[in-house]
Amino acid sequence: MSETVHSQVRTFVIDNFLFGDHGTPLADDQSLIENDVIDSTGVLELVSFIEERFGIAMADADIVPANLDSVARIVSFIERKREPVN
Amino acid sequence: MCGIAGYHGHLPPGKARALLERMCAAIAHRGPDGQGIHVESEAGLGHRRLAIIDLSDDGAQPMANDDGTLHVTYNGEIFNHVELRAMLEARGRSFRTASDTEVLLRLYEEFGTECVGHINGDFAFAIWDGARHRLFLARDRMGVRPLFHTTHEGRFYFASEAKALFAVPGITAEIDPVALDQIFTLWAPIAPRTGFKGIFELPPAHLMIVEDGRTEIRPYWALSFPDAGDVAGDDAGDDAGDRGNRPDAELAEELRALLEDATRIRLRADVEVGALLSGGLDSSIITALAARLAPGRLRSFGVTFDDPEFDESTWQRTMAEALGVTHHAVACRAGDIAGMFPAVIRHCGRSVLRTAPAPLYRLAQSVREQSVKVVLSGEGADEIFAGYDIFREARIRRFCTRQPNSKIRPHLFRRIYPYLPSLQQQTPDYLAAFFGVGADSPEDPLFSHLPRFRTTAGAKMFFSPELRSTLAGYDAAHELVSLLPDDFRRWHPLHQAQYLETRFLLPGYILSSQGDRVAMAHGVEGRFPFLDHRMVEFASRLPPEVKLKGLREKHILRQAAAGLLPPTIANRPKQPYRAPDSASFREEGYAADLLSPAAIADTGFFNPATTAKLLEKSRRSGLSGFRDNVAFVGILSTQLLSKELSKTAPCGA
Repeated sequence: MSETVHSQVRTFVIDNFLFGDHGTPLADDQSLIENDVIDSTGVLELVSFIEERFGIAMADADIVPANLDSVARIVSFIERKREPVN
Repeated sequence: MCGIAGYHGHLPPGKARALLERMCAAIAHRGPDGQGIHVESEAGLGHRRLAIIDLSDDGAQPMANDDGTLHVTYNGEIFNHVELRAMLEARGRSFRTASDTEVLLRLYEEFGTECVGHINGDFAFAIWDGARHRLFLARDRMGVRPLFHTTHEGRFYFASEAKALFAVPGITAEIDPVALDQIFTLWAPIAPRTGFKGIFELPPAHLMIVEDGRTEIRPYWALSFPDAGDVAGDDAGDDAGDRGNRPDAELAEELRALLEDATRIRLRADVEVGALLSGGLDSSIITALAARLAPGRLRSFGVTFDDPEFDESTWQRTMAEALGVTHHAVACRAGDIAGMFPAVIRHCGRSVLRTAPAPLYRLAQSVREQSVKVVLSGEGADEIFAGYDIFREARIRRFCTRQPNSKIRPHLFRRIYPYLPSLQQQTPDYLAAFFGVGADSPEDPLFSHLPRFRTTAGAKMFFSPELRSTLAGYDAAHELVSLLPDDFRRWHPLHQAQYLETRFLLPGYILSSQGDRVAMAHGVEGRFPFLDHRMVEFASRLPPEVKLKGLREKHILRQAAAGLLPPTIANRPKQPYRAPDSASFREEGYAADLLSPAAIADTGFFNPATTAKLLEKSRRSGLSGFRDNVAFVGILSTQLLSKELSKTAPCGA
């Protein structure tokens, strides 16, 4: 399950923000902001992706770099949010 | 206002004349009213004329002095030609024409190369001094008028636009990869570099002497600011300026008097002078002053958009009604931008990251259709009086950096970008992160511009591996730092930011791609009262806090303009001039062709696979992010330019 979340998130980030450029190394713990992967519009695209793909409603307080600023953080955030359901 | 071209070196007279004709033909749009050519054994000058002062044949160029030892080809205006003429007459010089070109000749006779220091104007010229066997070139202080040059087979060539240089057999147009990196970081090449390999521009406020096969280039003026003093911090040192004990009201009064005079001498012409009126503060002030000074009824011109996000037509109407000027509004629709864009890029002669030049190209066309060839513009006020968002943004970033964990301070970012929906929806943590709070050092000389440079450079992810390898780690921002003056670090942070805008972006992008190139495409001359060097020098000495008071931009200018404008306009917050970017091309077939993997691979600058995904995203959902739009327009314009160059490749010959 977590592998699926991980690969879905990774694919989304690479396709949507790196335009499928798999040649650019993107470590799971790399900051998306500091590495210019994402901008303010990108964060909203990411929020919309998480809500639609994983059925998670995101509160304003959830939309912080601590939850979303790397592939690993996004995955862990999604898994935390989904736990009660499982 | 015109187009100039010429060379220094030996060419057979017959060949020389034909060459100058071809060079002039390439820039005929700059001067539809006439053409002149002068050839000597060691030099040749060409001129395309846009007649504005002394419309008679007396004003024709190239113009010679009495004994034929000097010849000048000149583009632009000497706004203080009346005063200079009187000064020269008092020194015993006599005149045979009413033209300002003759004033330039006499000024050179009197002062030699020091003549430029006397001129208040926008100019680019070349004087062939036959007695000294010397070619003397110069360009105005702020970079309003262009001047390109190159050397080929031992001969020196110059022209108003690079196009004319490509009319010389053997000089080829090739996109400079380093210029691409500069554009995809700073929005503009850093002069003397241009968009083309081996083609240079004379930087603003510089003169050039070509003599005995040597060239000498040196500045005759420089933008500068006072030291901020030794106290650290943003608010500290705000009195860095020669305010003395003068109250704001007194500074505002001096500003108003200077601006009135700068506007007055820019109304000098033997043809009608109109005004560009965007509906914003700056153009409204200039239009208001001109309406009072101009004989007869002033006509104003503005561009309107269908999309309310960009449109300012309501403000234009308010202002026009308040002043009783006749306003001509020209609509620019999304499809128009795509339709004009190839011509705009042809005229700009380089890649651009925004479509903003296109509506201004349409506006100039409309001005010309109304038989007006000179317009006043409010350009420059945002640079010299700190009107741009980037100045407020930098101040907030410094404020946040002092308390990086504050959840309150980052809310200020939302206040300065009310027109960016994506920012309005962000949490303070994200706002702080986007603006580099805690990451950018306030000691960095580029501090004010780091978020912009970083976001723009994000578009370099589309560079092809070949281009990356050619650039070999080159960093445009690093080069920019190396060009800053020695005392830069002693200036107030606001002044540092103003310097970066005024010295680099203003001539490199605003006055060229959004100014001279798109206006002169239609033979329209822009005049900029805020860029009168007396005004620029006055503004540079003002204390930072009278320019940006808290977060209120152009405070002192607003005070100076009190009573000139209806309150709704006087108190209007800044709305930056923008136009729809990638959205303009969603229905446009040529964009898809030029961005196709085959076309991208053919030019070789970008990555075909990632560009295809960018195009796909644009079609699927539209591009709303800054980086994506910059990339889209930057790639498309580079492709258009490449296509244009391939058409004209085997030129002249």
